[in-house]
Amino acid sequence: MNAINRNELDALNRAVLEIDVNNHPGVMSHVIGLFSRRTYNVEGILCLPVGDGRQSRIWLLVNEDQRLPQMIKQAQKLEDVIAVRRHNANHAVFSELESFFQA
Amino acid sequence: MTETLTGAQITVRLLERQGIRTVAGIPGGAILPIYDALGQSTAIHHVLARHEQGAGFMAQGMARVSGQPAVCLASSGPGATNLLTAIADAKLDSIPLVAITGQVPRAMIGTDAFQEVDTYGLTIPITKHNFLVTSAEELLEVIPRAFQIAASGRPGPVLVDIPKDVQTQAIEIGEWPEPGRALPAPAADPALIEQAAAMINAAERPILYLGGGVVHSGAASAAVDLAEKANLPTVMTLMALGAMPVDHPLSLGMLGMHGARYTNLALDECDLLIAVGARFDDRATGKVAAFCSKAKIIHIDIDPAELDKIKTAHISITADVSDALHQLLPAVAKNDRKNWGDRITALQAEFPFQMPGADDPRSHFGLIRTVAACLDNDAIIATDVGQHQMWVAQAYPLRRPRQWLTSGGLGTMGFGVPAAIGAALAEPQRTVVCFTGDGSILMNIQELVTAAEENVNVKIVLMDNASLGLVHQQQTLFYGERLFASQFKASPDFIKVAQGFGIAAVDLDAVANPCAALMEAIARPGPCLIRASIDAEQKVYPMVPPGAANRDMIGA
Repeated sequence: MNAINRNELDALNRAVLEIDVNNHPGVMSHVIGLFSRRTYNVEGILCLPVGDGRQSRIWLLVNEDQRLPQMIKQAQKLEDVIAVRRHNANHAVFSELESFFQA
Repeated sequence: MTETLTGAQITVRLLERQGIRTVAGIPGGAILPIYDALGQSTAIHHVLARHEQGAGFMAQGMARVSGQPAVCLASSGPGATNLLTAIADAKLDSIPLVAITGQVPRAMIGTDAFQEVDTYGLTIPITKHNFLVTSAEELLEVIPRAFQIAASGRPGPVLVDIPKDVQTQAIEIGEWPEPGRALPAPAADPALIEQAAAMINAAERPILYLGGGVVHSGAASAAVDLAEKANLPTVMTLMALGAMPVDHPLSLGMLGMHGARYTNLALDECDLLIAVGARFDDRATGKVAAFCSKAKIIHIDIDPAELDKIKTAHISITADVSDALHQLLPAVAKNDRKNWGDRITALQAEFPFQMPGADDPRSHFGLIRTVAACLDNDAIIATDVGQHQMWVAQAYPLRRPRQWLTSGGLGTMGFGVPAAIGAALAEPQRTVVCFTGDGSILMNIQELVTAAEENVNVKIVLMDNASLGLVHQQQTLFYGERLFASQFKASPDFIKVAQGFGIAAVDLDAVANPCAALMEAIARPGPCLIRASIDAEQKVYPMVPPGAANRDMIGA
């Protein structure tokens, strides 16, 4: 059906976004809503507080898409987003979690 | 000195300190503490709308004419959901709005309590920002910040959802926060301004393309100065109408789907497009690949996300457009551009805008021109959405920024009457005319009684073709003339409806001298509905078929 194997996944161009946000209820909805309203799938999400907990860091694994630069600009416009950084798909943050996601 | 106040009293005091003098809304259970406090305010006049969407558009009307954030209020649940359309409309047209909604008490949130809805969640995608307030102390930070966000950068709507127990929570207040004001935008990069000026100076066939951002930023006169100095033919989006007087020698009027042929053809030939506070909306560009395909592009906007979104610009400048234009002006050389001016004149002669029936007040164009002849530039012109809106955009001589209130991005039928009421509340010294259609007016007809209650100086010109005119037009042109659900089989007697709501009404069909009747109705203070029949077969022409290039217009 729609399933794709790991090799195919690896073949796809991916990007990792690192987003610093204020830590309060609703911030994740603001960020993810930007993607869902554009039918832009988010493949992976990680989020934990940083430092004293007033801020969080959201890590997103997304497919490379011509819309990605616009998504980053839209994310940067959010009031609760402090910074957005873009990384390559081989960033360790998701690859080190693979053992938790065996089918 | 400290005083003990409830969250509701704090909210009202913060609105007063913010300079808010008129709010529109409807009370309900979850916002009653705020209404109780509002009732004690001598500074704020509350306008009781008859539907929350009406309240939202009244606030929009106030904000659109003043440029300052305006406030609407609603209760939880259906009160909040009824506001959504007006909020979404403000988002798409970048209108500063602060919507305050009541919410069920904190302990009941998430229990499907009576009149509970996830207002915060519902408004995430249609606001610039939103808040769910969790304590009375937080109001001291949130309310000023809501105004600051609404007014800063690219303006937009902000929603503040306040649970009822936060409204009743009493706290001690020592010091009040400063009112929230627009933050200054970062200045335009001088190096980019210099490059842009060089590009303008080198261009042979430039066109200045003004969007609503020029109006929002108060940059209309700077834009006209730039156009005059460098002899830049100038097009305006629907949102920018009035930024340059339509009868200015350099004005090419509105571009896009219902622009004049010469306007779109001139754009097709330009070698440089200078986009200022515009966002390359699909109604303006038509098929994007064919829009100004020979042109280099300079794009100036306060919102960096608009730059390179639809068209990749050669020079992208993030700046308040007023600041950028003032920087550009001394760097741009005087230039008579005789060849380009001659070419524009030739295009205008060969492909003029046709206004059939302009001298007949019983035709659509004639009615609009006759209304215009009764008014001066101080008048405010609001519209609803549909054929009448496009005809007014084409035919009304708009000459002043903030003269023109229309729902551009969202295209909301029902916008006109409440927005006109809001405009009249904000600027009672002006005459406000609302052009509407029989489809649109019924979508917020209940606000006629609000107009009567407030005795606002609003003249509603109802162009009645007993149809959903633009649907009728598209079905006729693009769906094999299969008219379905676009003609009303029953229509109300709008004269009796208006009178029933308590406002004066004139049926131009029934008078011998429509010009005199119009003049009299417009000159009489207070609200009035003026109805005129319009031929349902009339089309908005010329027209770019959906998906086509702007050069391929159909009709007159």
